[in-house]
Amino acid sequence: MTAARLASRAGERALLPCLALLLAALSILPFGRLLTEGVAPKGVPSFDAIAAALGRSSTWVATIHSLEVAIGGTVVAVLLGSAVALTVTLTDARLRSAFIFCFVLPLMIPPQVTALAWLQVMAPSSPLLGLLGFEPRLGAPNPLYSRQGIILILGLQYAPLVFLALRAGLRGLPGDLVEAARAAGGRPWTVLRTIILPLMAPHLVAATALSFVSCVGNFGIPAFLGIPANYLVLPTLIYQRLAGLGPTALSEVSVLALVIGLIALSGIVLQGLATRGRDSRTTMLSAASRPFALGVWQRPVTWVMWLVVAVMLGLPVLGLLSTSLVPAYGVALSAASATLENYNFVLFGHAASRRAMVNSFLLAAAAAVIIIAISVVLAYFLVWRRSVLLSVLNLAAELPYAVPGVVLAIASILVFLKPLPFFGVSLYNTVWIILFAYVARFLVLGLRPVVGGYSQLDRGLEEAAQVAGAGFFTRLRTIILPVISPSAVAGGFLVFMTAFNELTVSALLWSSGAETLGVVVFGFEQGGESTYASALALVTVVVTLALMLATLAAGRAMPKGALPWRD
Amino acid sequence: MARLILDRVSKSFGSQEVLSGVGIDVADGELLAVLGPSGCGKTTLLRLVAGFETLNGGTIDIGERRVSGNGVHIPPEDRRVGIVFQSYALWPHLTVDGNVEYALRVAGMAAEERRRRVADVLAKIGLTGFGDRRPAELSGGQRQRVALARCLVMEPSLVLLDEPLANLDVHLRASVEAEFVDFHRRTGTTMIYITHDQAEAMALADRIAVLDQGVLMQIAPPSQLYAEPANEMVAGFVGRGMVVPAVVLGEERGGRCRVSVLGIEVTVRCAPGQRAGRQAKLCFRPRDLGLAAYGDGVPCRLARSIYQGGGFRLEIRPEVAPEIMLTLDVPEITAIDHGGMVSIGIRDGWVIPGS
Repeated sequence: MTAARLASRAGERALLPCLALLLAALSILPFGRLLTEGVAPKGVPSFDAIAAALGRSSTWVATIHSLEVAIGGTVVAVLLGSAVALTVTLTDARLRSAFIFCFVLPLMIPPQVTALAWLQVMAPSSPLLGLLGFEPRLGAPNPLYSRQGIILILGLQYAPLVFLALRAGLRGLPGDLVEAARAAGGRPWTVLRTIILPLMAPHLVAATALSFVSCVGNFGIPAFLGIPANYLVLPTLIYQRLAGLGPTALSEVSVLALVIGLIALSGIVLQGLATRGRDSRTTMLSAASRPFALGVWQRPVTWVMWLVVAVMLGLPVLGLLSTSLVPAYGVALSAASATLENYNFVLFGHAASRRAMVNSFLLAAAAAVIIIAISVVLAYFLVWRRSVLLSVLNLAAELPYAVPGVVLAIASILVFLKPLPFFGVSLYNTVWIILFAYVARFLVLGLRPVVGGYSQLDRGLEEAAQVAGAGFFTRLRTIILPVISPSAVAGGFLVFMTAFNELTVSALLWSSGAETLGVVVFGFEQGGESTYASALALVTVVVTLALMLATLAAGRAMPKGALPWRD
Repeated sequence: MARLILDRVSKSFGSQEVLSGVGIDVADGELLAVLGPSGCGKTTLLRLVAGFETLNGGTIDIGERRVSGNGVHIPPEDRRVGIVFQSYALWPHLTVDGNVEYALRVAGMAAEERRRRVADVLAKIGLTGFGDRRPAELSGGQRQRVALARCLVMEPSLVLLDEPLANLDVHLRASVEAEFVDFHRRTGTTMIYITHDQAEAMALADRIAVLDQGVLMQIAPPSQLYAEPANEMVAGFVGRGMVVPAVVLGEERGGRCRVSVLGIEVTVRCAPGQRAGRQAKLCFRPRDLGLAAYGDGVPCRLARSIYQGGGFRLEIRPEVAPEIMLTLDVPEITAIDHGGMVSIGIRDGWVIPGS
C-alpha cells in the first residue's frame, strides 16, 4: 500500500470524528450550555433563575399569548393549506405549476416582510386602500396590531408549509384506493371523508405540528404586529428583555428560551410520532392522478385559486410597493407624488442599510458554502453508513432548525459571550457569531436535498470506483461530487435565500457594523419609517424572486423534489 | 346482471391513440377475458368501462343504459360496476368488515342489514371470522378474496377484474382460478377479466378478446382462438404459433384445402370460402409438426435441441427457407440426428384468413 493511499485511509477514518466534533460544536454545545444556564447559572446548581423567570407575570402572559397565536395561526394555516393541497392534487383545476409556484412563494418571503406588507395594505392611511377608493377613518389603529392580526398573518405565512406537507402525502396516495371507493358508489365528498382524509391523517398531524412549531418560534410577525400593541409573545419578550438589559438578562431569558423550546419540542415529538412507521402496507402502482373532475366548477375553482394567490401574494407586494413610492408615510399615492427617493436612500444613502446588504449577502453566501461542504460529507455517512453515532449526528443537525430561532440565538450568546479559550477573543458582538448561528440553524436545509441526492444514487457507482482502487477523497471528487452537485446547488440556494432574509437570529445577535437586512428593515419600521422599510423589504423580495426564477430557468439541471416551489 | 356493449370505442392520451374502434358485445352472464401484450390498451378498456376515463369516440352501454359516449358520462360511483384491482386496493385504515361493507354504508344501508350481507359474503369466500383483521394482517390469497368479497357485496351488474392473479404465488393461482370459475357459474355475473396470461384466459373465459396496439384482433371462444386464429398477430401470440408463407392450391372443400408449403403439398384446415392464391400464410402449432422418416417430408437443419423433461423441444430451420424458425416437441432425440439434419412431416395447419 502506498503512502498516499495510507494517508487517504487515515483521512477517511478521521473524517467521522471530525464531523461529530463539528456537530457537537454547532448543536450539542449551545443547547447543552443553554440547559445548564437554566438549571445552574454561573455553574452552581440552583433554581433561582427558573423561579425568578417563572415568578414574573410577564412570562406567563407571554406564554399564553404564544400558545394563543400559535394555535390560531395553525388553524388558519391548516385550513387554507389543506384546502389548496386537496384542490390542486385531487381535481383537474387548471394552471397547476404556475399556481404552486405562486402559492409556495410566500414561504420564501421572510415573515417580517409579510407582516410589514400587510401592515401597509391594512393601514388606515394605506396608499393602496386610497388608490382603491377606500377612505378609512384617519387615526384609527391598524387592525393588524392585535392578536387576530398576528393569527391571520401567521396563518397566511405557514399555509404553504401545510400545503407542501399534505401534497407530498397525497402524491403517495395509491390511485386505486380512490378508484375502488368510487366504484363502490362513493361520491367525491364521501370518498374524501371516508378514504382520503383518514389515509392522510398522519400527514395532516405532521403538517399541523410543523405549522405549530413554526408559529411558536416566529419572531418577525409578532415583532411587527404585537410589539406596537404591547401584545408580547415569548420570542418578542426575550428580544425586549435582552435589548433593554443586555447580557445581564441572560439567565432570565435562558429560562424563557427553555420554556419556548419545551413548547416547540412537544410539537416536534408529535410530528415525529405521526410520521413514524409510515403506512407501507399498500402496494403502490400509481399515485392518484387528479381523480375528481370539476366539470362546470372547473372555471370557478380555478378563479378562486388565483384569487387566493392574488390576496396572499399580490396584495402585500402592492402594499409594499405603494408605501415605498410615497415621499412620506400618510401621503396619498398619485402620479405626482410617486418618488423613487426611498429606494435611493436605502440603496445608496443610508450607511447601515448599505452595510446590511453586504453583510447579509456575504453571511448567506458563506453559510451556504460551509453548509454544502459539510452536507456533502455528512450525507455520505448518513445515507451509506448506519450507526448509532450517525443517528445522533442527524438529530444534532436537525435540532437547531427545529427549535425556535430565539432559542438558538440565546444559546449562541451563552457560548460566545466569554472569550474563546486559547484565542482570547470573543465572537460576541461580531459578525462571526451570526455566521456560526446561521451555519448551525440552516445546516439541515442544505443537508436534506443532498441526502435526497445520495438516496437516489446507486451505491454501486461508488463501490465500483472503490474496487478500481480509488481512495475516499478521490471517489468523493471524481464520482460523488459530479453526481451529487445538482442537489448540493439546490440546497445551497435554499440556505442562501433563507439566510439572506433572516431576522429572528440576527435580531438578537447583531451589533453595530454587523447589521443584517432583516435587522435594518425592523429598525426602520420601529422608527416609524415605513417608507424606507417597505422599499428595502421590496428589494429583498425581488432578490428572492429572482433567485427562485433562476432555479426554475435551470430547469432539469435541478433535482426533482429538492426545491419546494418547483412542482 | 347485464349485457355490456362497446361500440367503436376510441381513446387517445394526447396524440397517442390507445384504443381505436373497439367493438365488443358481452352477453349477459358471460365471462370475457381481454388478452393482450402489455401496452395493448386492455387496462384502458377496463377503466373506460368503469368510468375512470372518458371516451374520445364510440359508446359504451351497460344493460339498457348508455354510460359513456355521445355526450354522456356516468361517473364511476353511479355505474354499479364492481372492480377487483390488481393491487387489490384494500383500504389499509379499515378492517376486512370495513372494506367489505363500504359500498353498503355509502349507499346508506341500515347497520343490521349491512352486517348480515357482509357475514354472508365473507362466508361465501371462506373468510368467516376474519372481519376484524386489517388488510396488513392477511396473506396475499386472503387479500385477493377480500377484494372479491368487497366487489360482490354490492351485487354489481358487471364485475371487472384487472389481472387479479398477477400478484399471487404460482401455486395459489390455480386454486383462485378455480374459485373464480365456480363463483361465476353460481352467480351468473357478467365478468370482464383483463390478463396478459393466455393460460389464465383459456382456463377461465367463455370468450377471449385479443387486443393489440389498441385494435381488437379477434374475439372467439378459447378453442376457436387456438385452432383458427384470425390473423398473424393472434396466431403468433396465442399457443406458440408459427406463421409460414404458403400457396393455396385449391378452393376450400369441407373446411379443408390443399396447400404448398416449404416445398411439399399437404391438406390443412381453412375458413369457409377460402380461395386459391399465392400470398397465403399458414399457422402451425408445435403439435401440428412431427418427425418424418429421414428423406420424407421437409428437410430441415437442427438449430438447437432443449431438454424439457420427458422430451425435447427442437428448433429447426427448413432448408428451403432458412430464415424461418420452427419448433416441435419430440420424445427422443438420439435416433434422428443425421449430421444435424432432420425431416419433418406436417400433420395439420390453419390457413390464416384474408392473408
